[in-house]
Amino acid sequence: MVKMLRSDVLDLVALVGIDPDSDGLARARKNGIQAPHTGPDWVLENASDIDMIFDATSAYVHVRHYKQYAAAGITAIDLTPAARGPKVIPPVNLYDHLDAPNVNLVTCGGQATTPMVYAIRRVIDELPYAEMISTVASKSAGPGTRQNIDEFTKTTSTALREIGGATKSKAIMVLNPAEPPIMMRNTVFAGIPEGADHAAILSSIHEMAAEVSKYVPGYRLKNEPVIEEGPFHTPGGVVPHRAVVLLEVEGAGDYLPEYAGNLDIMTAAAMRVGEAIAISRASREASA
Amino acid sequence: MTTPDFRLIDSTLRDGSHAISHQYNPEEVVAIVKGLDHAGVQVIEIAHGDGLGGSSFNYGFSKVDEKELIAQACAATTNAKIACLLLPGIGLADDLRDVKELGVGMARIATHCTEADISEQHIKTSKSLGMETIGFMMMAHMNSPEGLVEEALKMQTYGADAIYFADSAGAMTTEDVRRRVNALVNALDIPVGVHAHNNLSMAVANSIAAYEEGATNLDGTSAGLGAGAGNCPTEILAAVSDKYGITTGVNVLALMDVAEEIVRPLMPRQQVIDRAGLILGYAGVYGSFLLHSQRAAERYNVSQAEILLELGRRKVVGGQEDMIIDVALDLAKKHAEAEKK
Repeated sequence: MVKMLRSDVLDLVALVGIDPDSDGLARARKNGIQAPHTGPDWVLENASDIDMIFDATSAYVHVRHYKQYAAAGITAIDLTPAARGPKVIPPVNLYDHLDAPNVNLVTCGGQATTPMVYAIRRVIDELPYAEMISTVASKSAGPGTRQNIDEFTKTTSTALREIGGATKSKAIMVLNPAEPPIMMRNTVFAGIPEGADHAAILSSIHEMAAEVSKYVPGYRLKNEPVIEEGPFHTPGGVVPHRAVVLLEVEGAGDYLPEYAGNLDIMTAAAMRVGEAIAISRASREASA
Repeated sequence: MTTPDFRLIDSTLRDGSHAISHQYNPEEVVAIVKGLDHAGVQVIEIAHGDGLGGSSFNYGFSKVDEKELIAQACAATTNAKIACLLLPGIGLADDLRDVKELGVGMARIATHCTEADISEQHIKTSKSLGMETIGFMMMAHMNSPEGLVEEALKMQTYGADAIYFADSAGAMTTEDVRRRVNALVNALDIPVGVHAHNNLSMAVANSIAAYEEGATNLDGTSAGLGAGAGNCPTEILAAVSDKYGITTGVNVLALMDVAEEIVRPLMPRQQVIDRAGLILGYAGVYGSFLLHSQRAAERYNVSQAEILLELGRRKVVGGQEDMIIDVALDLAKKHAEAEKK
């Protein structure tokens, strides 16, 4: 909500919840935003006023309503792992799905790491295997994630292949309960084949970090990326080297605490996608 | 034969896998399973050291696909039940379905000792497949007895048949173990087990103490082969149990033969408590960080002891092996800056 109020492109119609006593809804009302608590029903009843919905409910709720949103002419930016529409990772394929009625934002770890896999892939001929490890503070992982952690790892792993361009992939998620809570950490390992240009890989990684941090200000390389010597027997074959990219995501602290970078990168990516769709639509309508 | 006083679960082929960087081959697996089975061990655990699906850059790639090794183990056993370990976030419920097909009879679902609620999906899947299912809480020194009880009760609710805690950092004193076992035994309706490591030279003593407090499942590995300075050595635990008059149901001499003739010859290094091993226990750091931190120390020319101490300060948990590289790079940077001045 805080990000949306700052947007020059999107107008926030309402913050919709299901709990009348929710703290988030109360904050919306204080900011002069209407904040009904009747969930998807309210959205569908008011469809004529709504062009776009940012759905951060759950995969289950999204699956039950996504067809109705589309039928009502509402574009859905899906922040759940439902994955009904094409997956979008802004710096890689933002402009590929501007007309889709429904786009999916993969997972927080997918948003953090897929750009780096792509950054490596784009400067080498083949990326036989990529792997990501996402560690988030226990306090920032909600019950939805905890009850279905397989969904996170499978969806993320798929994105590393389909969007990142790796031939094979693996995703790992770890929860850390330390107090004070840790910042979200993501690590990318990529198998680097013989003959690859290491300097090009490292500079491509730096360029991508700058690109992502344009819309996720707290996204950064925690250490200089390194290329380590193997050999490594990956599922995609034996490679002489591996690239290691150590990332940290600090949340903007808009509403959620700074350690919740995992949630912040999702809302930031959603804004980026929503604005791009809105701008594209406006320019099409203007030229029509 | 008299009923054993506790059930012995041997993890040479799972936790032991860390110490040989996940390089088991089928012949070694078959020899170890046959030896342990012949000695009367009731349960034999096998998987990548970090559980099913652990083969990765982060934890080390398996030389031979773990599922091929598991199939060999299932074919080689006569009486012993074959078990697998799985960490939610690393392995998948689909892996449980696969190993059930191969003949595995028990799944241990392992989480950090404060995160039991990520085990619900996997405990329920395992139970629905008809496997005996154990909830396994790692790094238990990082949670209080009361905290462990709270987490264990969740796993019990999901349907676990027994609850284990693991002293994964080998950081517990006998008193630490007693208080935790006692709290769990009093609070749970299901059996309790303990998995001990030897970084402070306490593994056998802690296992016996756990038994005295009411634990009825104990873990060991042959010759102590395992993460960190090693596990509770199965053959020593059996020998000491005999001395205490605790019935194990296993043949101590046959276990010594397995350790001496099959396992020791394949060990790249003996399980000793050297400086790095002791620091793991002293700083409370996850045992499987040992070899990874050694490699990072060599690669970046920094001190392994410093890496481990910093990991302890950062309160990293099992699974965060990527942080070893992060810390090594930080230390290398710090040293380079110090030299400039």
